[in-house]
Amino acid sequence: MTLEPYLLYALAGVGLFAIGLYALIARTHLLRKILALNVMGTGVFLFLVAIAYRSEPVADPVPQAMVLTGIVVSVCATGLALALAHRVQTTTGRMVLPENDESGA
Amino acid sequence: MNLDHWLLVFILLSSFVTGLIIFFLKEEAHRLRTLLNLFGALLKVILVGVMIAGVQSNHVYESRLELLPGLDLVLRADAMSALFATLSSVLWLVTTLYAVGYLEGEPHRSRFFGFFSICVSATTGVALAGNLITFLIFYELLTLSTYPLVVHRGTEQSLRAGRTYLIYTLSGGALLLLATVWLHTLAGPLEFSLGGALAQVATQHRSELIAIFALLITGLGVKAALFPLHGWLPQAMVAPAPVSALLHAVAVVKAGAFGIVRVVYDLYGVHTAQDLGVLAPLAGVAAFTIIYGSVRALFQDDLKRRLAFSTVSQVSYIALGTALFGYLSTIGGLTHLVHQGIMKITLFFCAGIFAHTLGVHKVSEMTGLGLRMPWSMTAFTIAALGMIGVPPFAGFISKWYIGLGAVSSDSYWAVVVLAASSALNAAYFLPILHAAWFKQRQDPWPADHAHGAGEGHWMLLAPPLATAALVVAVGVLANAPFSPLDWVRYITEIEYGK
Amino acid sequence: MTLWNTAPWLVWCIVLPLSAGILTFLFRRAAPWIGIASALGSAIAVAGLAAQVMHSGPLRYSVGGWGVPLGIDLRADGLSVLMLVMSAVIAVAVSVYAACYFSDTDAADKHAAQAHQRAYFWPLWMFLLAGLNGLFLAADIFHLYVTLELLGFAAVSLAALAGKRAAVVAAMRYLLVSLSGSLFFLFGVAILYAAYATVDLTALAGKVQPGPLAWSALALMAAGLLIKGAVFPLHFWLPPAHANAPTPVSALLSALVVKASFYILLRLWFELFSAVVTPATATFLGLLGAGAILWGSAQALHQPRLKLLVAYSTVAQLGYLMLVFPLTQNAGSALTAWSACVYFVLAHACAKTAMFLAAGNIAHAAGHDRIADLDGITQALPLSVAAFALAGISLIGLPPSGGFIAKWMLLQAAIGSGEWGWATLILAGSLLAVAYVLRVLWHAFTQVEVARPLHRVPRTMEWSALALSLLAVLLGLMAARPVELLRTGAPASIHAPGQT
Repeated sequence: MTLEPYLLYALAGVGLFAIGLYALIARTHLLRKILALNVMGTGVFLFLVAIAYRSEPVADPVPQAMVLTGIVVSVCATGLALALAHRVQTTTGRMVLPENDESGA
Repeated sequence: MNLDHWLLVFILLSSFVTGLIIFFLKEEAHRLRTLLNLFGALLKVILVGVMIAGVQSNHVYESRLELLPGLDLVLRADAMSALFATLSSVLWLVTTLYAVGYLEGEPHRSRFFGFFSICVSATTGVALAGNLITFLIFYELLTLSTYPLVVHRGTEQSLRAGRTYLIYTLSGGALLLLATVWLHTLAGPLEFSLGGALAQVATQHRSELIAIFALLITGLGVKAALFPLHGWLPQAMVAPAPVSALLHAVAVVKAGAFGIVRVVYDLYGVHTAQDLGVLAPLAGVAAFTIIYGSVRALFQDDLKRRLAFSTVSQVSYIALGTALFGYLSTIGGLTHLVHQGIMKITLFFCAGIFAHTLGVHKVSEMTGLGLRMPWSMTAFTIAALGMIGVPPFAGFISKWYIGLGAVSSDSYWAVVVLAASSALNAAYFLPILHAAWFKQRQDPWPADHAHGAGEGHWMLLAPPLATAALVVAVGVLANAPFSPLDWVRYITEIEYGK
Repeated sequence: MTLWNTAPWLVWCIVLPLSAGILTFLFRRAAPWIGIASALGSAIAVAGLAAQVMHSGPLRYSVGGWGVPLGIDLRADGLSVLMLVMSAVIAVAVSVYAACYFSDTDAADKHAAQAHQRAYFWPLWMFLLAGLNGLFLAADIFHLYVTLELLGFAAVSLAALAGKRAAVVAAMRYLLVSLSGSLFFLFGVAILYAAYATVDLTALAGKVQPGPLAWSALALMAAGLLIKGAVFPLHFWLPPAHANAPTPVSALLSALVVKASFYILLRLWFELFSAVVTPATATFLGLLGAGAILWGSAQALHQPRLKLLVAYSTVAQLGYLMLVFPLTQNAGSALTAWSACVYFVLAHACAKTAMFLAAGNIAHAAGHDRIADLDGITQALPLSVAAFALAGISLIGLPPSGGFIAKWMLLQAAIGSGEWGWATLILAGSLLAVAYVLRVLWHAFTQVEVARPLHRVPRTMEWSALALSLLAVLLGLMAARPVELLRTGAPASIHAPGQT
C-alpha cells in the first residue's frame, strides 16, 4: 500500500488537531490555550487543503474557500480571545482562569 | 355566532376576568372590588341557571379548542357537570359575601380576591370539563390558584402548610398526568359520557386499565383527601376561614371527589369498572378513610382541625357511594357531593365567626357560646346535626341512600361502617353542641374584641344562615323538582340505563 | 399581495439585523431605536416567511444567484420557521427591555460602566440576531459553522459586557469552550467533505452511509455541539457566564444561543446521519439529558443567588431536549417526540427569557439577588414576581402552559413506546422544578413590616417580562398550528408509516 501524499498531509492535520486539543486541556496559561486553539484550527485547515489537493489535475476550490473563510474566522477569534485574556489579566492580575469562580460577585 | 358555543366560555370568564381586573385594583378600592366580586358571582349563578334550564331541555352546550392534532380542550354541559357547577357557583356567591366581611381591613385583599375568583373559575372548569385532559388542566389550575390563598397570611406556619399542600397536590397531579397520557395512548382522545367509554378497550387492555385506574384514583385521592393522602388538609386549615370553606366545601376537596365520580361513571363506566374489579378496593379505602377521619376528629381540640378531619371522613362517603356498585348508593354518593358541601361550608363559616369575633379557636373554649351567639350557633347546630345524619337534615338523605345501596348490593360491612361513622360523628359534634347550649360560661372570652358586640358583621352572619337554611331545605324538600336528590336521580337513571 | 408572497423574506431576516448592527455602532445615540426597529422589522420578515412556508412548503433561495457549490444557499422549512419566530418574539421583547435597562439612570454611581455597556450592547446584540437567523436558515454545514462562530463571538462579547471580574472570567471560559466546540464541528465538516465532496445538507442527506468516516464526523460534530450546547456534563461554563451577564444578555444567552447548537444537532441527527445513528448512541444522549435534568435541578436547589438558580434551571431544561434522541427510536412515536422537543424549545425560550428578565428586575430593585433576603419583594414588584411565577409554571410544565404541552407530547412518546424510565424521569424533573421555583416564590408571600428602600424599576421592564411569561403560558393553548407547521419539510426519518 502506498501512502498518497494528500493522506500524509491529512494525517498531519489530524495530528496537529490532537496536539492542540491536548495543550488546550493541559495548559493553564491563557496565552498557551489561545495558541492551542490556533494549532487546532491549523490542523483542520491542513486537513482541508489536503483534501483539495486530492483532485487532479486542478485543486478543488471549495475546501480552499473554506480554509480562507476559516482563517478569517480564526483571526477574529484570536483577536477576541487576546482582548479578553488581557481583561482577565487586568481584573484578576493573572493570566490563568481561577478555579471555582462560579458564584463570585 | 352561536351563543350555545359561548355560554360555557362565558361561565368561565365571568369569574376569571373579574379576578384579573381585581388584581389591578388599588388596595383601597374596597367598594369597587366588592361590587365586582358580587357582580361576577351573581353573573355566574345566572349563567349556570341558564345552562341548567338548557340541559334539562336536552340542549347541547359545547365549546372546543384544538390543543394538538387529535387533542381537544372540551367544555361540555351535561347533567353531572350542571350538578357540580351549580354547587360551586352558588356556594361561591355566599363565600364571597362572607370573605368580604371576614377580611375587612386586612392587607392584600386585591391579591386575595383575584386568586379567589380564579380559583372558582378553575372549579367551574373542572365541572364543565368534557374530557380527561380538560379536567386535568383545570384541576392543576385549581391547585395553583388556591396556593396563594392558603399562604395568604404569609406566616411561617401558613407558608409551611402551603408547601405541604403543593407537594401533595402536584405529586398527585403528576400521577394524574401520567395516567391521562397513558390512557390517551391506549384509547385515543376519550370524552366523558354517561355510561363510560372504555368498555371496548377493557376487553383488550385489562391490566393496563386497572393500573391506570389506580393511578387516576391516587392522583385524585390527594385532593379528595383519601387516606393516606389526606395529610395536607388538616395543615391547610391555617388559611383564613373563607379559604377553608372554599377548600373543603366548594373547590379543592370537591374537585377530587368529583374527579373520582367522573372517572368511575363517565370515563370507565360503572359496569366496566365493576367488571375490572377496581371498585371493591376503592370502597375499602373509602370506608377506612371514613372511620379514620372520624376517629382522628374526636381527638382534635382545635375546632377547624376537627372540622378538617371531619371532611376527610365525610368526603369519602362520596367515594364510598360511588364505589358500591348499585343504583341507590350512586344516588347517595352523588347527593352527598352537594349535601356535604352545604353542611361543611356552614360549619366553617360559623367557626370563622367564632374565631373572628370572640377569638374562640378551640372546642374547649366553646362553652356557653349558644347564649352569646344564638344565630351562628343555630346554624352550626343544624349543620352538625346534618353531618351526623339526623333526619330531616341534608346528611340524612345521602347517608340513607348510601345505606340502602349497601344493603341492596349485599355489602353489609358498609352499613356497619356507616353506623360506626355516624356514631363517631355524634361523638365529636354532640359534646360541642351540649357545651355551647347547655353549659354556663365561667371565664371571659379569649378575645372579645373590636369586631362587634353582637354576632359580627351581617356579611359574616348572613352566609351561614343562608346555607343552614339550605341544609334544612334540601333535606325536607328532597323530593321536590330541581332538588339535588331529584337531579341526581336523573343522572343516575341515565348512568344505569333505566 | 404578490410582493408579500414572493419577497425574499429569508434574506431580510439576516440583512436587517446585520445592517442594524453596523448602524447601531455608528449612531450610538439612536441605537435603542434602531435596535427595536430592526427587531420589529425582522419579526415582519419572519411573519412573511412563515406565510410563504405555510402556503407553499419548504423554500430554498440562492443568495446572489450563485448557487452551490460556491454560493450560499438559504432554506426554510417548518422547523427553521418556528425557530425564527421564536427568535423574533424574544428579540422584540428583549430589545424593548434592553432599551429601558441600559438607559436607566438610577444607577448613577456606575455611570461610566453604563455608558460602555450601552454603547456595545446594541451592535453585538444585532450581530447575534443576524448570526442566529442565518444559522436557522443555513442550507449547508459550512454555513452552519460560520454562523455558529458569528453567534459565538457576539455571545461571548455580550457575556463579558458587565466588565466585572466574574463576568470576564466566565466569558473567557465561555470563549475557549465555544471556539474548541466550533473547531470540532469544523473538523466534522471537513471529514464529511472528504468523504462525500459536498457540504449541502440536502445533498448529503442521501449520501451519508455508516462507516468510519461518517462515525468520526458524527462523533466530532456531536461533541462540538454538546459542549457548545452546555449538555451535561459539559455544562460547567454556562451558569457563571449566564448569571454574571447583564440581564437582557442572560436572557438571550439562555433562551436563544444555547438552542442554536441544539438546532444543528437536530438537523444533523435526523437529516444527515439518520442512517448512521444507532439506538445505543441515542440512549447515550438520553442519559446525558437525564444527568442534566437531575444534576441541574439539584444545583438549582442549592444556589444562593437568583440568577444562578435560573441559569442552572437552563442546564436542567436543556436535558429534556436530549430526550428527543432516544424517544424517536420507536417509529410510531417519532413524530410526537420530535414535535415535543421543538415545542419545548419554544416554550423554554419564552419562559426562560421572562424568568431572567423578572429575576433581573428583582435584583435591580433589591440591589442584590440573594434568594434568602427577598422577603417582601412582591409588595415592591408584583408584576415581576407574577412574571417569575408564570414562567415557573411553564418551566415546571403545569397546564395550560407551553411547557405542559411539550411535556404531554414527550410523555405520550415515552409511554407510547413503552419507555417507562424516560416517562418517570420527565415527571421527576417536573417535581424538582417545582421545588426550585418554589424556593423563590416562598419569599413572595412573606410580609415584612418595614419595606427596605428599593430601586425603582421602570414599568416597561416589568411589563416585557410579564408579557413573555404570559406568552409562555398561552403557548399551551395555541400548539396546534405550530405542530402542524412543523411537519412541513420534517425529515423523512421521523415520518414513520402509520403516523397521521
